[in-house]
Amino acid sequence: MKPFSYARPATPAEAVQAFTAAGAGARYIAGGTTLYDLMKLDIERPRHLIDVTAIQGMDAIETSGDRLRFGALATMSAVAVDPVVARDYPVLAEALWKAASQQLRNMATVGGNLLQRTRCLYFRNGSGNPSSVGAFPCNKRAPGSGCAAIGGLDRGQAVLGQSDACTAVSPGDWPVALTAMDAEVEVVGPAGVRTVPVAALYRLPGDTPHLEFTLAPGEMIVGITVPKTAAGHRSTYHKIRDRESYAFAIASAAVALDMDGDRVSRAHVALGGVATRPWRAPEAERLLVGKRLTPTVALDAGHAAFAQANAGRQNGYKVELGARTVADALTIAAGRTV
Amino acid sequence: MASDDPFLDTGLTRRATLQASAALVALPLAGATATEVGAALPAKPSGQAFDLHTTINGRPMAVEIDTRTSLLDLLRERLALTGAKKGCDHGQCGACTVHVDGQRVASCLTLAAKIDGRRVTTIEGLSDGQTLHPMQQAFIDHDALQCGYCTPGQIMAAVACVAEGNATSRERIREYMSGNICRCGAYVGIVQAIEDAAAKMERKA
Ligand SMILES: Cc1cc2nc3c(=O)[nH]c(=O)nc-3n(C[C@H](O)[C@H](O)[C@H](O)COP(=O)(O)OP(=O)(O)OC[C@H]3O[C@@H](n4cnc5c(N)ncnc54)[C@H](O)[C@@H]3O)c2cc1C
Ligand code: FES
Ligand code: FES
Repeated sequence: MKPFSYARPATPAEAVQAFTAAGAGARYIAGGTTLYDLMKLDIERPRHLIDVTAIQGMDAIETSGDRLRFGALATMSAVAVDPVVARDYPVLAEALWKAASQQLRNMATVGGNLLQRTRCLYFRNGSGNPSSVGAFPCNKRAPGSGCAAIGGLDRGQAVLGQSDACTAVSPGDWPVALTAMDAEVEVVGPAGVRTVPVAALYRLPGDTPHLEFTLAPGEMIVGITVPKTAAGHRSTYHKIRDRESYAFAIASAAVALDMDGDRVSRAHVALGGVATRPWRAPEAERLLVGKRLTPTVALDAGHAAFAQANAGRQNGYKVELGARTVADALTIAAGRTV
Repeated sequence: MASDDPFLDTGLTRRATLQASAALVALPLAGATATEVGAALPAKPSGQAFDLHTTINGRPMAVEIDTRTSLLDLLRERLALTGAKKGCDHGQCGACTVHVDGQRVASCLTLAAKIDGRRVTTIEGLSDGQTLHPMQQAFIDHDALQCGYCTPGQIMAAVACVAEGNATSRERIREYMSGNICRCGAYVGIVQAIEDAAAKMERKA
């Protein structure tokens, strides 16, 4: 690991200033569960760490207004047990408590979570000598080096949103739930303040898989807001893993339903574990409108969500598994009483 | 050897170094002796230095660290508190679990600089003198270990699990202890020990 300076500013403005003053190699750090991990693997090589966790009040959780608001520094564990979130927005609470472990959720922030990096085996393994591409080529880690996952061991890779350059899965659960619920992200940066829909935070890999987010250098996430909706009551984050707990999704679905009697009036559907970014599924949402949620309709919606899917050698199972995950999620959500 | 590793071997074995060197790199405040808080490697930070003031197992201390240092390496390599174990060094096993301000964390993914001004509790600080913490006793009573490598992390996680209110059923204990891997597979005993200790801890509280 390369040496780095460490600063702990007290306000967002000071943090942005410290970032700008530090110049090349500056990075914000919150819980560090992604960044420090990847520094140990020599994949991330910051020269200046700006620790934002001393900023007072940026961990506030506010549920009384017309939007839920989570300060970027709120921990995953704190948001997961907030009584209003747990009662009225199970999709959000479940996306958090089904992720990582309690130790990590106590450290990890809901802001840092949005910017976590892929768990693709070829990205994480073999960075090795910084002057080479390491043990495996990876366009995300070493742009232009190639992608070892394409034609390689691709059981975990994406079936939606891949390019010829990259098939790495966007690993987070929370970003998928936020995408389904139309969340927005409040950002402060050298150019001022702006609000970004969470869905606009993420890029498709295309030819530039090393560019994952749309934040400009020095931009800092200060908060996340979610519009309040009655659909939150009929919601779930359904997560399928290789083991029962403490694992990333191989397929997941964030679902919330507005019902008119026994018919769906509006559906929110987003997918995780299967795509190169948090994936909204408008095809499934449209199919559900006006329908009674029978098992057939639920499975049709699941298949609609994967209509554009493309599998590699070993990840074909994700298409059917993903569709059935959506179907199960819809059934669970519809079964919740308001 | 890699020159940017702040914990380079000095040629002595690590354990001998830890035991022999009472060097004043870590300066316990408030009158604790160096042996009480553990000895320290005379490692001068090779990268950027950070002046850390923290409280470990109730004892305030000041120590100069390299900014790259993890809390786990600080505990084990500088303070000779080797209870917390390094299983994976990447947040994946739970062997390094300690409490920071009463919350369980993975010390391997915690930058040591982040504990500045905070209180850390390790397995060494859990017992009340010679009297074991109810969770420690329960692990013995229920044979909740084989090799014991994961045990300090399991116990620290378990104490927090109870305090959080997450030890209310076997299913919940299993879910909220899933961050602690036991390669020996002592899970049945671990869950029993936690159920048992949870009842005793609540009676005490
Ligand atoms: C073993 C393990 C298992 C895991 N399992 C899961 C899982 O099942 N599901 C899941 O969703 N996640 C999982 N995670 C990932 C974990 O949730 C993320 O690492 C965590 O949420 C990141 O938050 P952090 O505060 O630690 O971010 P950091 O590591 O501090 O930062 C992450 C990135 O965000 C940037 N950043 C941080 N805060 C800000 C800010 N306020 N503004 C701008 N930039 C910022 C940093 O520069 C860095 O690039 C797991 C992690 C580990 C180690
Ligand atoms: S050593 Fe920290 S989690 Fe494995
Ligand atoms: S007792 Fe051996 S790893 Fe748990």
